[in-house]
Amino acid sequence: MKDKTHQYWKANLKIVFSLLVIWFIASFGFGIIFSDTLDQIRFGGFKLGFWFAQQGSIYIFVIIIFLYVWLMKRLDKKLSEEEEI
Amino acid sequence: MTTQLLTYIFVGITFALYIGIALWSRARSTNDFYVAGKDVHPVANGMATAADWMSAASFLSMAGLIAFLGKDGSVYLMGWTGGYVLLALLLAPYLRKFGKFTVPDFIGERYYSKTARKLAVVCLIFISFTYIAGQMRGVGIVFSRFLEVDINTGVIVGMAIVFFYAVLGGMKGITYTQVAQYCVLIFAYLVPAIFISILMTGEVIPQIGFGSTLVDSQVYLLDKLDQVTKDLGFIAYTENAKSNIDIFCITAALMFGTAGLPHVIVRFFTVPSVGAARQSAGYALIFIALLYTTAPAVSAFARMNLIDSIQDQPYSTSPSWFKNWEEIGLIAWIDKNEDGKIQYSSGDALENVKPSYQELRGPNGQRLLENEPNLSNENEIYIDRDIIVLANPEIAKLPSWVIALVAAGGLAAALSTAAGLLLVISSSVSHDLLKKTYMPKITEKQELKYARIAAAIAIGIAGIFGIYPPAFVAQVVAFAFGLAAATFFPALFLGIFYKRLNKEGAITGMLGGLLFTASYIIYFKFINPDINNSDFWLLGISPEGIGCIGMIINFALALSVSIFTKPPPKEIFDMVDEIRQP
Repeated sequence: MKDKTHQYWKANLKIVFSLLVIWFIASFGFGIIFSDTLDQIRFGGFKLGFWFAQQGSIYIFVIIIFLYVWLMKRLDKKLSEEEEI
Repeated sequence: MTTQLLTYIFVGITFALYIGIALWSRARSTNDFYVAGKDVHPVANGMATAADWMSAASFLSMAGLIAFLGKDGSVYLMGWTGGYVLLALLLAPYLRKFGKFTVPDFIGERYYSKTARKLAVVCLIFISFTYIAGQMRGVGIVFSRFLEVDINTGVIVGMAIVFFYAVLGGMKGITYTQVAQYCVLIFAYLVPAIFISILMTGEVIPQIGFGSTLVDSQVYLLDKLDQVTKDLGFIAYTENAKSNIDIFCITAALMFGTAGLPHVIVRFFTVPSVGAARQSAGYALIFIALLYTTAPAVSAFARMNLIDSIQDQPYSTSPSWFKNWEEIGLIAWIDKNEDGKIQYSSGDALENVKPSYQELRGPNGQRLLENEPNLSNENEIYIDRDIIVLANPEIAKLPSWVIALVAAGGLAAALSTAAGLLLVISSSVSHDLLKKTYMPKITEKQELKYARIAAAIAIGIAGIFGIYPPAFVAQVVAFAFGLAAATFFPALFLGIFYKRLNKEGAITGMLGGLLFTASYIIYFKFINPDINNSDFWLLGISPEGIGCIGMIINFALALSVSIFTKPPPKEIFDMVDEIRQP
């Protein structure tokens, strides 16, 4: 039992950490640090770095949270199934 | 019908709606009053969180700020949305599992210390009142411009409405009113944005219009805007003026601050389960993103329209909105070259920046100013950034019902946030200070009574802030986020993810973060504002971004003090194990 919850917590940390890496790249990476470099690329009327800073990062944030909801639901289900066995 | 009459009708209908909801959802227990009975649907909670979160600053000021800051304005967009990722992944589900009433509750129990709880209450009250002052200014502006009543009357009417549903309904009343307020405010934000997008670019969706070509031309809106802003002596609209490290730190301070704001966190205590708390954060961010991705488009449209409609116009034939806002005192014109025309360019038009008006009128009918002109540049106008969203429909010549709608939306945004803040203040006083610290013997019924009294007093104080606004409102906003990032975020995060953290560590960390951040901001904003520029800042980080460093100091102190002092008791380890399970 102790082992199960330990594994659950480890899997949880892995999910959170990977999603936070995406979060960091989308905002601090594309929107700030590499923003000027990405501005060389155009995308319709937008410069890409500017688009990430004012639009793209926000869309990615929304996707990250729903990915998290989905991954955690799967993980919770796995835990409760294992407990039943 | 006149715009004013329409505004009265719209504002009247929405206020009646809020009162109706308050009557329907009265709180009967402390559970209802503090956390709405813990049975709010995740989608409803998402909407309520969005309304709670999007304040007068988001609705009225943000697009205006971005219109003048250009790409630098991205710090607000990323900072105020990215915080939700942290909240959803690192805090909300666990705090919901913990299952108590307030944020100081968690800190007090997790760090088994009344001192920690009291310290958290002090930080919470400070952060929340700072924030409320801004909401009241928003209410005042809307009332005085659109209903042409005295600002004080406006504030009192606003307070009376909030009083009614917050004191009567507590969290339950506030939650369902916020759902209604979200609908009003998002509708009021999107309608003019869509109209203006169609007028300027022919695209219905503002987020697409933002990156499209202008009507009847092959030129992209943003390229034109870059060109025009450069010609007037500003930095190009899509380029940064601030240094990268400063932008990085401000964004981080806003993100971690958002995740640590008590009135937002407490919203996740109202849903039925851990899974619902996760989902609810996702819905909240969708509802917020709807406004936050529209705002930068509105900013670009507004900046373009503003320049087009006033540049080189004779004052005598300038549009009516220009003169209306001049009467309110949020626009000023000083005819430096005496040609009777308005010239707009970079730099402050006036010495001392803010206008102070004389009774006299100038040769063109403009209000004359006490200020000396600032002769180092050719700019002749002062524009308060807070008016952009309100003036935008008028600048774009939209029908008057749209203008009335925006006024109702601005009020919804300000009132919903004020109510959420008042609730966390009153529940931390009645629950954390009275019940858990000084008067443990009171019954639930008495606690509920004290919660209502505390809410009433807090509303009174907020009203005083609205009527006598402290001159430094705008400047202390940096405080709220910086302090939330430097105090609450590390204490909550480590409380969940690091079992070994003890009370000594948590208290030292919070105090260290608080003192460092507060002294840095007070020094540059109040004691020595003359040297508030990047030559003197620590590592080039402005007071707005310093919360990020305060947070790092908090983490460092908490971890190192913790290692050298006694580990927390066994119950705490068990409690943390417990909240880590879904």
